[in-house]
Amino acid sequence: MTGKRQDQIPGEGSRAVFFERRTYRRRRIIDATRLLPVLGVVLFLIPLLWQGEGGARTTDVMIYIFGIWALLAGLSGLVSRDLGRDRPGVDNENGTDADLFDLPDGEGE
Amino acid sequence: MTTPNLLVLVCILYVTFLFTIAFAADRAARKGRGTWLRSPLIYTLSLSIYCTAWTFYGAVGYAARSGMEFVTIYLGPTLVMIGWWWTLRKMVRIGRSQRITSIADMISSRYGKSNTLAVFVTLIAVVGTTPYIALQLQSVTLSFAAFSKVDPTLTSVVRLQSIGLYVAIGLAVFTILFGTRNVDANERHHGVVMAIALEAVVKLFALLAVGVFVVWGLGGGIGDTLATIDASKIAEWEVPGSRWAGLTMLSAMAFICLPRIFQVMVVENEDEGHLRTATWAFPVYLMLMSLFVIPIAAVGLERLPSDANPDLFVLTLPLMAGEDALAILSFLGGFSSATSMVIVAAIALSTMVSNHIVMPIWLRMKGGTAVVAGDVRDVALLARRLSIAGVVMLGYFYFRLSGAGTALAAIGLVSFAGLSQFLPALMGGLFWRGATRLGALAGLTVGFVLWLYCLFLPSFGPGVLMPVSVIEDGLLGLSWLRPQALFGAQGMDKVVHAVMWSMLLNTAAFITVSLLTFPKPIERLQGAQFVNVFDHSGHPGSWTGGLAQSEDLLIMTQRIMGAAEAQALFSGMAHKQGLTGYLPEPSTEFLGVLERELSGSVGAATAHAMISQIVGRATVSVEDLLAVADEAAQIMEYSSRLEAKSAEQARTARQLREANDKLTKLSVQKDSFLSQVSHELRTPMTSIRAFSEILRDAGGLNLREQQKYSSIIYDESRRLTRLLDDLLDLSVLESGQITLNMQLGLVADMLDRAVAATGADGFRIERDVASEQIVLNTDVDRLSQVFINLIANAHKYCDADQPVLRIDVRSADDTLEIDFADNGTGIQMADQAVIFEKFARIGESTAAGAGLGLAICREIMARLGGDISYVPGQSGAAFRVTLPQEMCMAAQ
Repeated sequence: MTGKRQDQIPGEGSRAVFFERRTYRRRRIIDATRLLPVLGVVLFLIPLLWQGEGGARTTDVMIYIFGIWALLAGLSGLVSRDLGRDRPGVDNENGTDADLFDLPDGEGE
Repeated sequence: MTTPNLLVLVCILYVTFLFTIAFAADRAARKGRGTWLRSPLIYTLSLSIYCTAWTFYGAVGYAARSGMEFVTIYLGPTLVMIGWWWTLRKMVRIGRSQRITSIADMISSRYGKSNTLAVFVTLIAVVGTTPYIALQLQSVTLSFAAFSKVDPTLTSVVRLQSIGLYVAIGLAVFTILFGTRNVDANERHHGVVMAIALEAVVKLFALLAVGVFVVWGLGGGIGDTLATIDASKIAEWEVPGSRWAGLTMLSAMAFICLPRIFQVMVVENEDEGHLRTATWAFPVYLMLMSLFVIPIAAVGLERLPSDANPDLFVLTLPLMAGEDALAILSFLGGFSSATSMVIVAAIALSTMVSNHIVMPIWLRMKGGTAVVAGDVRDVALLARRLSIAGVVMLGYFYFRLSGAGTALAAIGLVSFAGLSQFLPALMGGLFWRGATRLGALAGLTVGFVLWLYCLFLPSFGPGVLMPVSVIEDGLLGLSWLRPQALFGAQGMDKVVHAVMWSMLLNTAAFITVSLLTFPKPIERLQGAQFVNVFDHSGHPGSWTGGLAQSEDLLIMTQRIMGAAEAQALFSGMAHKQGLTGYLPEPSTEFLGVLERELSGSVGAATAHAMISQIVGRATVSVEDLLAVADEAAQIMEYSSRLEAKSAEQARTARQLREANDKLTKLSVQKDSFLSQVSHELRTPMTSIRAFSEILRDAGGLNLREQQKYSSIIYDESRRLTRLLDDLLDLSVLESGQITLNMQLGLVADMLDRAVAATGADGFRIERDVASEQIVLNTDVDRLSQVFINLIANAHKYCDADQPVLRIDVRSADDTLEIDFADNGTGIQMADQAVIFEKFARIGESTAAGAGLGLAICREIMARLGGDISYVPGQSGAAFRVTLPQEMCMAAQ
């Protein structure tokens, strides 16, 4: 009985602790997707620090905001393209394989 | 110079063009062509209905008043879009898997398909959206007015208002034509979506063209324009932090909750992958839409007279410069923004109104049965068309009543704040299993009331809908109830104040009531499906069918979906179940699929109600709950089911094996019985034949020999007769055709008779006559036959030198036992099992008998309700006759 148990590879049959490279990359991309709006909130709030005497002018803020806007859209495009590339055929499917990459860290199987 | 007539002509041409495009797209989609209609680009462009006339005209006006603050309205949706992974993805998935038709449908589905909730959400949506529709009509009218200022022939206010009416009617007609082509609201409206996408391009192009013209044509290049901005009154960056953050948050919340955005993003979504493209493309679109807003505002402030309406700078700047073509393009951009918003909002609202208010009322009026009611499809379409007309006209009346005075942006923010009240119930429903229907109702009520009190009613100005005294001194004179300084929160911006309190208390009420109440089973079921939509996209059915009549269901479905579609669905399901024809078994799975299909047409709540009318009950069994309660519970249930099944199979297999063994044994017994019978018959027949031949053929036999031979023949034929008698007796007994001759008899008498009949000499029989004084109600002859047989057997087989047979009679519990025990060597253990079988004779026996005696005894005892058995472990052979006690009369 005990001998049988020792023969088992640790972690086998339960949740895998380490993923292959592809899965690992995908998870980090998902992390980036999740963090992007947080980054956006922080960057969009920064102009509030520039107020007061001798602070920024509307033109400065405008250029900054539009720059950040383009940056965020670009990053979002990069990230979502990477996600899409790793999902073969999903554009024509109902996305039934979403479970594959939906699992948040620590909850995955 | 642009004349109003030219403007009207351009409008008509443009609308005709839109009709053509919509019609062509619808046709292409119907014929299965036009995959480009389903491209992510079209999806992204259709999302642009977020940018209404408020954006097109109002953003510049907003910027001219408050500088960069206008951009918050676009930053919110941008953040939501790039954060799609958190919420939008889940909403779209649920919308597809549950066939959601509107935001009211989604909230009601989540909370147990509650129609109360759906009605409530619908009402809030109508109240919140109507001012917005009015806003669009107003903007179109204002833009006409802008031209009229240049051209004095168009000055009549009456004519202006009639323009609003014409626009409203035209929009209603367009929406009815292309928005209600099919009753399935979940199906994509290709024509509408295509028209909206086109309008999105037109308005973006128009705004960019005006922007380019303003910056390079009027402003003199980028550098000069920036200098103009720096010189204008909006040069200072002085947006209050609360408004900057608060309005960004408000627009983000509203972007999720707006019925029209929900319509294009979730309901019209055809492919979840499209969302991935929109996640970057839509922010880009928003950015381009707002790119030239500040320059246009600054240049407008510089060049146009100070009394000019900044809301119309986009139009008046080209007009002032004499660029009529650009002005008309700009007008078309504003017209597009207004019309696309009204069209989609009308579709979204009419779906809610017809599915959650009109249809339930109609069904109830028709006696509540979907089967006998007429063609539901026509009614649904009619309800939706009337709702569209109603919604658009409601917007028109609001526009007429409110007058054209209010600044555009103000109405927009009020509307945003009202619709954002859905957010706690919606997000709670998506992410929290514990959210309940009552919690959602409580949260929505609190939020809606606070919005009305703090923002909506005061927004009409003091003294219009809310008395000045209430605004200044609070309700009932309580200063902490002042609508714009609730709970003493003074000095805050009105909108931020209202949003903060309404959302805070809305969320608090939602969470508190959810924590305190217990959800109904169906709520828990739906909750699990919504929250864990990615774990199991399947739809564990909540129907316990069986009583459902497939035919009734088919009749009902035909009326809602149309005959051909319904029959295709039903025969498809029947085929899946391995049946032929059109009527599948009303299995749980089938009913689940059917409900989802129907909910695409009439909404989840109504579909649920209609099916439950036919199926009888829409209960959620404990099994269903177990199935979704927990993954572990599911697995446990599955394995226990497997266990039970395998145990059952093992039991069946064992029974089958036993039955097979018995059959085999019986077959063997039958064979041996036949061979025994033939053998037993053959032996005496052989002697009879042999000796009768001798008597016939051999002459000269003396008398003694003749007597000897004929007595052998006689004995053998007697033996044969006895054997046949026994066989006959046995077969009668075994077939159960025996008639028992029940009568009263004393055990002692029967034993006396049996002992006498066996004529046992040299054989001592020990009896206790006193214990034999028992009267039995039984077949005395048959029982005596058993006794005779047993005594004769003892006589025949007892091999002791001085054979003794002891007969004991005693009562034990509810039986009467009579033992016959001799003092011989008894019967071998191996033989004990077969002595009661036919033709069973033990060892080399010289004694006469066919071996049927004990078999007959056993049959007789079985008929009499008793038993006969061999009692091992006695000094010799011992048989026990058992009789049921009820045969015994009272002992004498």
